Amino acid sequence: MMNKSEKTAMLEAAGAPAEIEGRSLWRDARIRLFRNKAAVGSMIILGIITLLAIFAPLLSPYAYDQIDWGYIQEGPNWENGHIFGTDGNGRDLFIRVLYGARVSLAVGLLATSVSLAIGVTYGAVAGYFGGKVDNIMMRFVDVLYSLPFMFFVIMLMVVFGRNIFLIFVALGAVEWLTMARIVRGQTLSLRRREFIEAAHATGVSNFKIIFRHIIPNVLGPVIVYMTLTIPQVILTESFLSFLGLGVQEPLTSWGVLISEGAKVIEASTWMLIYPALFLALTLFCFNFIGDGLRDALDPKDR
Amino acid sequence: MTAITAHKPKKATSPILSVRDLKVHFSVPGKGLFAPDRKLRAVDGVNFDLYPGETLGVVGESGCGKSTLGRAILQLIPPSSGQVAWLGKDIVGAPHREMQPLRRDLQIIFQDPLASLNPRMTIGEIIAEPLVTHKPELGKDEIKVRVKRMMARVGLLPQMINRYPHEFSGGQCQRIGIARAMILEPKLIVCDEPVSALDVSIQAQIVNLLQELQREFDLSLIFISHDLSIVRHICHRIMVLYLGNVMELADRDSIYAAPRHPYTKALISAVPIPDPEIERNKERIVLTGDLPSPLSPPSGCVFRTRCPFAQDKCATASPTLDRVSETQEVACHFHDSIS
Repeated sequence: MMNKSEKTAMLEAAGAPAEIEGRSLWRDARIRLFRNKAAVGSMIILGIITLLAIFAPLLSPYAYDQIDWGYIQEGPNWENGHIFGTDGNGRDLFIRVLYGARVSLAVGLLATSVSLAIGVTYGAVAGYFGGKVDNIMMRFVDVLYSLPFMFFVIMLMVVFGRNIFLIFVALGAVEWLTMARIVRGQTLSLRRREFIEAAHATGVSNFKIIFRHIIPNVLGPVIVYMTLTIPQVILTESFLSFLGLGVQEPLTSWGVLISEGAKVIEASTWMLIYPALFLALTLFCFNFIGDGLRDALDPKDR
Repeated sequence: MTAITAHKPKKATSPILSVRDLKVHFSVPGKGLFAPDRKLRAVDGVNFDLYPGETLGVVGESGCGKSTLGRAILQLIPPSSGQVAWLGKDIVGAPHREMQPLRRDLQIIFQDPLASLNPRMTIGEIIAEPLVTHKPELGKDEIKVRVKRMMARVGLLPQMINRYPHEFSGGQCQRIGIARAMILEPKLIVCDEPVSALDVSIQAQIVNLLQELQREFDLSLIFISHDLSIVRHICHRIMVLYLGNVMELADRDSIYAAPRHPYTKALISAVPIPDPEIERNKERIVLTGDLPSPLSPPSGCVFRTRCPFAQDKCATASPTLDRVSETQEVACHFHDSIS
């Protein structure tokens, strides 16, 4: 024993060797994720869709609200530049699908981030303090759970008027509940772990224990759940738009486009097929990534 | 284990820690919907003093309250009543603000070496955490220097500083745990079965490391264990717990040479001796029955249900710790007649 520490002392005196870079659990997970072909393919496709959405105005000679009087409700045609065809008002469907992607992806990401921020903090606090605090906080979640979602959205619309921002709020307000429950459950099992006790014994504050020790350790399931929440939110937004509670014309989302396409499914199939294809593709990709992440973050659970 | 290497602590006048009538009771929901809560007496009136540089062994079977006692001393579990005086000042129920500066003198090492390290942090961050918490004025470089120095001291290669706990073996993880506990140079470390989860060869290394550190920093240790050979090797005094009560508290030499309490006798006679001749012929006291539930401990002496010498008096009066010699205290009504 003494020899060993002498040896290390000697090693140091002889010019300390370079520090060895450790392999964190995150890095392990990343390596496993990138070995998963379905997940990598999905990330590439999602990346392309995102880039298309971001650079939408540069990709088409038409604007999303510009009416081309010569081609009203015409099928896809490469010669006149309406590669996805036009809708009933003569607007280019390609650019409208990309603008729809902007709204749908933004709703998905924003609402999910809101639910992430609130849900993780709320769940971690409830689970960490436990007892009465936990009881009160989780009963509050139960109450919110029992609120009918559609009723909630319609109420918001009535009070504040139709507004894209409200959709973020409404979706975020509902999605964080499940997140909070997941994080609370994980935290309950973590808080009795010895490294949390060690932090206590050292006198680390509760706030720091939650953010330094608990949250990084619950992030695995949270990330998986997040990738599954994004498509759910996109779907809900489409559903709301389909019902006419979503975004306002001339702005559009995939839900609105699908709803318009569904009305004319017999006369102009392309108006349904293209937005539906994009929506389905996006949802598939998110689900594949979620699967890949779950396998990567918890290799024992395959 | 025959080599007796625990060094003699310097004769100190005043204890750094004195525990008086410490009780930890948990309330357990009663059976049935409206049944009243029941009391689980995990630690039920423990008294002892601990001197600087001394190692106190706490032994007893599973569920006798050893770990709870260790945590209650550090105020990780709030004691129900009693006194824990640290350097003469009672710290039971002390507010967070008063407790905070004391935390740098009181540390703990756990049984499961891997579970006691946050898997998402590098060991550099883990060992540095007490420093960052208590000495925020230190710069990043200074912290790193101190962490590396401590790593070398506990026998870890300092260039491993950026590695993660899962990249180390159990023994190395325990060294990391010790480095984290030692980085603030505390005065007391509660070792909660620090070697039970390790290989025998590694156990010896860790125990020797603890002894070296104790000598170097004049540490006091509370060494919780159920391995009597290791306790004998490292401890100066030994406290035998049974169902949250102290059965015997004595010097290592007196307790191994002449245990006075029937429970201690049984424990010590169960330790195998590495000589088949002696082992075959030695007198063994075999206890029958199981540990009674701490929810409803026996009346009087808690050990009476399993004690081969129990008499009527044991059921009615609970024995107090009697001083039988300068170095030995026993809680038994009949310690004179049975030894």
